[in-house]
Amino acid sequence: MIDITTTRHNPLVDPVLSVWSWEIPVYLFFGGMIAGMMILAGINMLKLLKGERPESFYSVQTPILGFILMNLGMGALFLDLAHKLYVYRVYMAFEPLSPMSWGSWVLLLVYPVILVSALIRLPQAWPWLGERLPVLQRLSDAIVSSPGRMKLLGVLNIGLGIALGIYTGILLSTMVARPLWNSAVLGPLFLFSGLSAAAAMVHLVSSLVPGHPAPRSFLGGALAMLVQPLGERPPEPRTADGLVRADLAFLAVELVLIGLLFVGLVSSSASHLAAVDLLLSGKYATVFWGVVIVAGILVPLVLQWLELGHRIPHTILPAVLVLAGGFGLRWVMVNAGQASHMIAASGF
Amino acid sequence: MPRFGMVIDTLKCVGCMDCVVACQTENDVPQGYCRDWIVTETRGEFPTLSLEIRSERCNHCDNPPCVTCCPTGASHVESFGKTVQVTANQCIGCKACLAACPYGARFVHPDGYADKCTFCLHRVKEGKDPACVSVCPTHCMVFGDLDDPKSAVSRLLQSRKHHTLLPEAGTKPRVFYLT
Repeated sequence: MIDITTTRHNPLVDPVLSVWSWEIPVYLFFGGMIAGMMILAGINMLKLLKGERPESFYSVQTPILGFILMNLGMGALFLDLAHKLYVYRVYMAFEPLSPMSWGSWVLLLVYPVILVSALIRLPQAWPWLGERLPVLQRLSDAIVSSPGRMKLLGVLNIGLGIALGIYTGILLSTMVARPLWNSAVLGPLFLFSGLSAAAAMVHLVSSLVPGHPAPRSFLGGALAMLVQPLGERPPEPRTADGLVRADLAFLAVELVLIGLLFVGLVSSSASHLAAVDLLLSGKYATVFWGVVIVAGILVPLVLQWLELGHRIPHTILPAVLVLAGGFGLRWVMVNAGQASHMIAASGF
Repeated sequence: MPRFGMVIDTLKCVGCMDCVVACQTENDVPQGYCRDWIVTETRGEFPTLSLEIRSERCNHCDNPPCVTCCPTGASHVESFGKTVQVTANQCIGCKACLAACPYGARFVHPDGYADKCTFCLHRVKEGKDPACVSVCPTHCMVFGDLDDPKSAVSRLLQSRKHHTLLPEAGTKPRVFYLT
């Protein structure tokens, strides 16, 4: 028997750590999704160079959507900070051992890359803005007309997307005090979860916002720019199939990585066993199994497989479920991870 | 340059909480928060039970995870005494250090920055003991230089059986408990 009583009663620390509320899961979710969008956009930018028809790809509009989501994610992160006026201090130092410092600097690189990527499409996608700022068209032409610049932009999108996606997991996994997070699998898991959320988000938004031609109004154009393909014609059916096929692969890898995460934790110390029990049968089991595994991965896997086989029509349901599962994964990992703690291996 | 540490004799500690009150008074700790606290741990099976009462605080680890995770350098190892300190006007309140500490030694000050035990460095620089050590009625706490083999803390650690908290975390704590 071990009985421990303490007089400590610090807010957010006792009885279990709860310093991060909804803001950090939102930030990690958007961060992962933006990373996935950058990778998808980057791959498609490189494909454009190989002579693929631009109408076929959602390469150049996802950065615009990503830019908007990124600001929302950074907004959530800012709301979480307890000492907000001192936020500039992050960029007054580089701490090589701090994942958060690395992430902050990576985000500083992501911003211009995603902004330049968004400029390619902005004037045509949002005529209202393009007509008022002709310089945007000149910038867009300067990028698109140069294969070298397009290639560089594609490579930067892929590289920074991978760094950002993995960072969202590494941020948690380096904290030895939280056994649930002590796994190198967390980085790749959040990366693939971000990729699947990105594919789902592009699919979802392309189904919901106005189509061709780009509306000339301020609001209609602003909404349409998020997803319209480059060029005059609408995207080919294989574009949607391509997104579904990619999402299937990402979800399958995500499922395998979750399995590996469990194998690693279950075969580790008593602290890790107690931590993984929070997901297997503890307080967070319902959300983890119900929202993350069943609704967020297994059901979309089946539905999208049936869609690809043309046994059921394409709907937005799988994309909605994938997004819910992606956010659920971050919410569960952040909250259950904080609740997990080290258990003393020996007594006094 | 000294490397400060603390030795606490659990055979003398009665859990009176004088150290807690002294710390709150000396450091103007906000109401509802504490930088040190009392833990009572009972182990074994009846009737062979053993009891340990300890005064706990930041362990000022030799390998502090709160320092390595800090994105701004606000959490740092002070050159004087190699203690772990927080510079309030560099802290952004991201709370990563709270999540990284296996001892739950930190909290968010109502003003927004991470706060914790400083080993009363302001007193130590004046040649005094930390407030908690100076008020202990059973003299169960001893503070000093762990790198000086002649210091009281070093001699106690050489002569008495002792343990640290969660050594498996690899943080190398510098608060030792005599048993």
